Amino acid sequence: METKNLTCIGCPMGCALTVTYEPGNRDSVKVTGNTCKKGELYAIDEVTNPTRIVTGTIRVSNRKNLVASVKTASVIPKSKIFDVAHELMNISVEAPAKIGDVVVKDICGTGSDLVITRNVE
Amino acid sequence: MNTKIAIIGGGPAGLAAAVSAYDAGVKDLLILERDDKLGGILNQCIHNGFGLHTFKEELTGPEYAERFIEKVRERGIESLLKTIVVDISKETDGLVVTAMSAEKGMFEIHAQSVILAMGCRERPRGALNTPGYRPAGIYSAGTAQRYVNIEGKMPGKEVVILGSGDIGLIMARRMTLEGAHVKAVAELMPYSGGLKRNIVQCLDDFGIPLKLSTTVTDIKGKDRVESVTLSKVDAKNQPIPGTEEEIPCDTLLLSCGLLPENELSGMLGVELSPVTGGATVDESLETSVPGVFACGNVLHVHDLVDYVSGEASEAGKHAAEYVLKSTPGTSETPIRLETGNGVRYTVPSFVRPSRLEQLLTVRFRVGNVYKNPEICVYLGDKCLQRRKKQICAPGEMEQVIIKKTDIETMAPGETIRIAIETE
Repeated sequence: METKNLTCIGCPMGCALTVTYEPGNRDSVKVTGNTCKKGELYAIDEVTNPTRIVTGTIRVSNRKNLVASVKTASVIPKSKIFDVAHELMNISVEAPAKIGDVVVKDICGTGSDLVITRNVE
Repeated sequence: MNTKIAIIGGGPAGLAAAVSAYDAGVKDLLILERDDKLGGILNQCIHNGFGLHTFKEELTGPEYAERFIEKVRERGIESLLKTIVVDISKETDGLVVTAMSAEKGMFEIHAQSVILAMGCRERPRGALNTPGYRPAGIYSAGTAQRYVNIEGKMPGKEVVILGSGDIGLIMARRMTLEGAHVKAVAELMPYSGGLKRNIVQCLDDFGIPLKLSTTVTDIKGKDRVESVTLSKVDAKNQPIPGTEEEIPCDTLLLSCGLLPENELSGMLGVELSPVTGGATVDESLETSVPGVFACGNVLHVHDLVDYVSGEASEAGKHAAEYVLKSTPGTSETPIRLETGNGVRYTVPSFVRPSRLEQLLTVRFRVGNVYKNPEICVYLGDKCLQRRKKQICAPGEMEQVIIKKTDIETMAPGETIRIAIETE
């Protein structure tokens, strides 16, 4: 069994959660310290499959002093945040580009596409 | 030039106000924006989490802005970019806005109504009394955000952040993902003013320490920041000798609060609240100057852009009603809203019942963290509502909704009071 301390992000209460679990076994997760159901669900996800949307910027090859903003179109595993962040430094886009344009398909094997979030003229 | 409604600022508040004024029947509108594009601060807020209330999905700032820019474009609402407003004043039958741009020089716009939507500014270093020289490497968090997210420039590599407001937290993550080393976030108060979600996902995810009841007591370096000294503070926010910790770094970001930008409003003679720094408004978001409305962060600083858009839509609609004279004039004495225990301010500050539709929404902030409080609404001496909450915190705007029919039962001279009560 492993133990983790988390802060719930469900509301401003920010309950201090203590989670005990067997890695890889969703049914084994026990949560204490939560004051509502949201806390339990959050903690289970956080110890079994934590995910995040990653946002950042990439260079615009034909513009100076301007970057394009991007995001992963869906959540990716938390463990891949830095892989994606590093990959962004190697990517560029050509202007014009518009919101929703896919820059990289399946970035870093996350299954999520990298898309533009700000129109570049 | 002439217009029916001049909207000062093309950020989220100005855009939503313009769309709603147009939809309420005033097609002759003009948005004045000093940047080279519409969208305001949202353009540099490239993180996600915007629009959950308005669009039922999580958007990044620029995507949220684009939704409203699109609405403005569809309606053919006119906007002037790279144009700065330098004065607003009254004239016999309306208002005159003086603006400047490289293209047009200085010019006047005659309007029947003005919507103030200038947003807010960050509290600058000069307002913080931090000691030390004035070396390079000290930025407000929002300035750093613009460099990184728009221009693609990194302000530094070894970073300390003072203030744990949301922009500071967001920038801690942003700088980390861009390869910087964020050594600490120091917060003067014993709690963070930022959202829990940001503390977890911007600091905890990256192992960045949040040091509460801590402030900057020295900045070393003459040409460039070389180190920052942090000290613990006591209950009166005074640094405690012997708790100093010197952290080598090349950059200090300041995220120490936002101030509504009301220089123009002040010159126009709009009455300002000493608590919010924004205008005092009535139920229609009209200021003390007839025909002048205010909304968004220039009125009071919001946590969520969705609430800005909602408030601005109201202001736009009421400005249109003012222009179309669809609301009858009234000589009734307005009912004042009072702040009771724990409540720092309310928006609006007063209400004219005849102008209300069905419901009055009152937004407010508390001055401290309260666990298990009750939010109470008093009409005169009578307690109308009591709502239990698990928590109220200064960083989260609260609201209560009061029925017009209840307000109409009030005796002359009575006030509406919002208070926090704990057991």
